[in-house]
Amino acid sequence: MLERLQRPIATLGHKVIEGVWRVGVMARFFALVLSSSATSVQRFRLVMREVYFSGVLSLVIIIVSGLFVGMVLGLQGFETLQKYGATESIGVVVALSLVRELGPVVSALLFASRAGSAITAEIGLMKATEQLTAMDMMAVSPMARVIAPKFWAGVISMPLLAGLFSCMGVFGGYVVGVVLIGVDNGAFWSQMQAAVDFRYDVLNGVVKSFVFGIAVTVIATFEGYDAPPTAEGVSGATTRTVVSSALTILALDFILTAAMLRGEG
Amino acid sequence: MERTTIDLWFGAFVTAGFAALLILAMKVGNLGAERATEVYRVQARFDNIGGLKVRGPVRSAGVLVGRVQDIHFDNERFQASVTMALDKRYNFPKDTTASILTSGLLGETYIGLEAGGEEKKLAEGDRITLTQSAVVLERLISQLLFSKAQEEPKK
Repeated sequence: MLERLQRPIATLGHKVIEGVWRVGVMARFFALVLSSSATSVQRFRLVMREVYFSGVLSLVIIIVSGLFVGMVLGLQGFETLQKYGATESIGVVVALSLVRELGPVVSALLFASRAGSAITAEIGLMKATEQLTAMDMMAVSPMARVIAPKFWAGVISMPLLAGLFSCMGVFGGYVVGVVLIGVDNGAFWSQMQAAVDFRYDVLNGVVKSFVFGIAVTVIATFEGYDAPPTAEGVSGATTRTVVSSALTILALDFILTAAMLRGEG
Repeated sequence: MERTTIDLWFGAFVTAGFAALLILAMKVGNLGAERATEVYRVQARFDNIGGLKVRGPVRSAGVLVGRVQDIHFDNERFQASVTMALDKRYNFPKDTTASILTSGLLGETYIGLEAGGEEKKLAEGDRITLTQSAVVLERLISQLLFSKAQEEPKK
């Protein structure tokens, strides 16, 4: 009887300890990646190759979703602003919500599911087929040769992708607001420029996407490196990458937004 | 060094990304001509600044001539002390009046400058002495209600 009651509590405790343990290992992994980054600078071609795979190949999904998100924002914003007779502010609504929030967050979520899962699967499979061990045998550090370039590629790609996303979104909002609905072109841009501040809005958005880039790639590379070397292990690690990076992005977004808005007064 | 297709893609990607960030800064944001201009700082004290915010606009005759740089509470005079950064291209006489205004009924709060007649111009670090506080809507309405209530018995 007592044992039956104890077991769920023991399982719960075990899971919590396991989670905390993983966070600690991930921090050590992050430090290890940073300390073995010298090769990434010396052989920049490795990083460029990874930028191609995680950044360039994500371009299509980023551009298309940015366009649609901007167009939806335009439609929804128009619907609401019409009630207050302030349809010219549609540019402000679209630009601020994209630059501050949606650009960094949605592009990071897309990046995590498009590129993060691929990184995890690749590293996990390399581990399962013992390619990483083989590298170690040849005195080639897999950290420096495989993982650090992927990390830096993600850190480079993420802000650029977020910028492209916001840019396409603003264009989508312009298409819906000005071209389709017929809001005045001059008012659209001038109100937007008056409301969007370079430092508080644009730069803060870039800082956000930078942090998200670090978080997503650390999680993706760690999950791959830590995956059990079986087919099931790799698939589980890929799922975990998407789930935990999505949660991390949203939690980090809240923390960063709270910190950034405080200074504005 | 031999060239590969990866180089081309990397270059195109990074260029496109930076171009997007540049467009966001110039076209969407306000990093246009406004930042590049030189400014001089002028102070003013107000009894009530209403909803004025740091970075709020300073207008004269409806034209943007500067921005609010700093707002703090003067604990000796119990007034709000506002520092404005005005564009060097525009000079104002020393007896300029600064008033807290609102654009429209619910619009943003800004400082309106009305030029006086004096020859001397405002310079860096000067203080505008003629100020007019924000109109508090609640006080206005309550005054109106009181005066209406007093009129009633006359009928």
